[in-house]
Amino acid sequence: MTTDTLSAAPVRTTVRKVTALRVLRSEWAKFWSLRSSWITLGVSLLLLVALGAIASATYSPDVVADGGPPGGPGSGTQDAVSLALLGVTFASLAVGVLGVLLSAGEYSTGMIRSTLTAVPRRLPVLWSKAAVIGPVALVLSTVGALAAFQLGTLGLDGEKIALSLSDDGVLRSLAGAGVYLGLVAVFGVALGVLLRSSAGAIAVLVGVLLILPGLASLLPDSLYDNINPYFPSNAGSAVYALHESSDALSPGAGLAVFAGWVALTLAGAAYRLVRSDA
Amino acid sequence: MIEARELTKRYGDKTVVDHLSFTVKPGEVTGFLGPNGAGKSTTMRMIIGLDAPTGGSVTVNGRSYAKHPAPLHEIGSLLEAKSVHPGRTAFNHLMALAHTHGISRGRVDEVIELAGLTSVAGKRVGAFSLGMGQRLGIASALLADPAIVMLDEPVNGLDPEGVLWVRNLLRSLADEGRAVMLSSHLMSETALIADHLVIIGRGRLLADTTVDDFVREAGGGGVKVSTTEAVRLRSLLAGPDVVVSSSAAEELVVSGRSAREIGAVAAEHGIALYELTPQAVSLEEAFMALTHDAVEYQSAPADTARKAA
Repeated sequence: MTTDTLSAAPVRTTVRKVTALRVLRSEWAKFWSLRSSWITLGVSLLLLVALGAIASATYSPDVVADGGPPGGPGSGTQDAVSLALLGVTFASLAVGVLGVLLSAGEYSTGMIRSTLTAVPRRLPVLWSKAAVIGPVALVLSTVGALAAFQLGTLGLDGEKIALSLSDDGVLRSLAGAGVYLGLVAVFGVALGVLLRSSAGAIAVLVGVLLILPGLASLLPDSLYDNINPYFPSNAGSAVYALHESSDALSPGAGLAVFAGWVALTLAGAAYRLVRSDA
Repeated sequence: MIEARELTKRYGDKTVVDHLSFTVKPGEVTGFLGPNGAGKSTTMRMIIGLDAPTGGSVTVNGRSYAKHPAPLHEIGSLLEAKSVHPGRTAFNHLMALAHTHGISRGRVDEVIELAGLTSVAGKRVGAFSLGMGQRLGIASALLADPAIVMLDEPVNGLDPEGVLWVRNLLRSLADEGRAVMLSSHLMSETALIADHLVIIGRGRLLADTTVDDFVREAGGGGVKVSTTEAVRLRSLLAGPDVVVSSSAAEELVVSGRSAREIGAVAAEHGIALYELTPQAVSLEEAFMALTHDAVEYQSAPADTARKAA
């Protein structure tokens, strides 16, 4: 500890103005400098790859025959892609939590005060967090989905439902899973800024992705059939489904609907970030 | 320069800051004093745009904080020491802030050394003691070479050596022409560092004065004089501004004349003095007298009142 060094600026420091790119760089550095980021990212990747690979390795056609009409449309459908992507639901929670930690974590620790003091315009912080975690989750999840599928083909070797990467729609489905998980991460960031509480945001995340579709089945059938495909998680799963089922949206429409949910949440987060005291 | 004009903050029907106006000038250390709950932190949060004022305005170097292209270069602040993510190392925390303003890694190392954190720069902030957290907060306040330095209770949790360090640091920052603002609820500590005082209670301005004036007024307790010739001395000291009171036969309390003047008069007339003591009211007492009606959290017994103020 020094007492003799008194001058604050022995050398004049070069200070530049705050730009969107500099905020992005800061958020990038913040993301990778936390151990929790690495752990959560690792967990989601592990869930994605391991569950997909295990589902494919333990696949047996007889079990499917009991479960539903094989090859037909609907929830009973099993193909090499849907097996490989079995982990997406679980990975989506991990990736969503990662997004929540990135944003709500700043509120729970007090870091947000430092962040918003450096960037008092505030909005660039939200966009940068989304722009860091979205692509990171997207790229890693796509890689994970590819790995799960490739590992899965080993397990499905010789099975009727086996597919290869070059088959119709396989790559689109796997990339779709990556896009979906990238958007879920952004959704987590937006929820975190909107609710400013890790616990609250995670609860809402789980509720929206897992519980909401189940609760909705309590609705009258006519209403349920009409709105069910538009729930975030259902629209999202349409993005990475290999076969378009009759009661779901097309991949493009699913992507648009899910992106719409994320955009809506982001807009709410932006409003709260700018309008309320930090 | 910080200029607050009629600054007001209300939460519901509770007014935390009430039409507060003051100026923090460059080259000076301004002590921002008030009892707990007086609105000091809220005022400081409004200065750097964390909270939006309900009314009035506050500018930093002529503009509202958020309008500056490089805000950390205008004002560096330490509000609460816990404005960091405990999982990040001190270096990474400072580097993340530095990135937003294009500040080099070299400068980050420099403020780490300045704050005496070199040996713990690679440690997670969560493991820091309160004093180390304060040093990190001061390091981040100085990171962008700011024209104004604003610190909320910077000596909290520091050891005596750290307190001395902060005192010298703030002095040198002011001497370099920067404006320094520091809040405290300890008058005696602030009087050692500050040039100027802004004292608030319940969000209102109670005094805007210099430390010298405050000390002079606080010291207005008169001079206690003991002599066998009390009556004679009393008539010799009489004058238009002089008030002499007597509590005992050989004792006088004189206000309006300094101890030096009284001693000179007594010597001139051959009066022997047994005691000649300026009756200084302590700064803390003067501060408590000033803020007494505005104490937010009044404590009941007399001997704990000192802590509350």
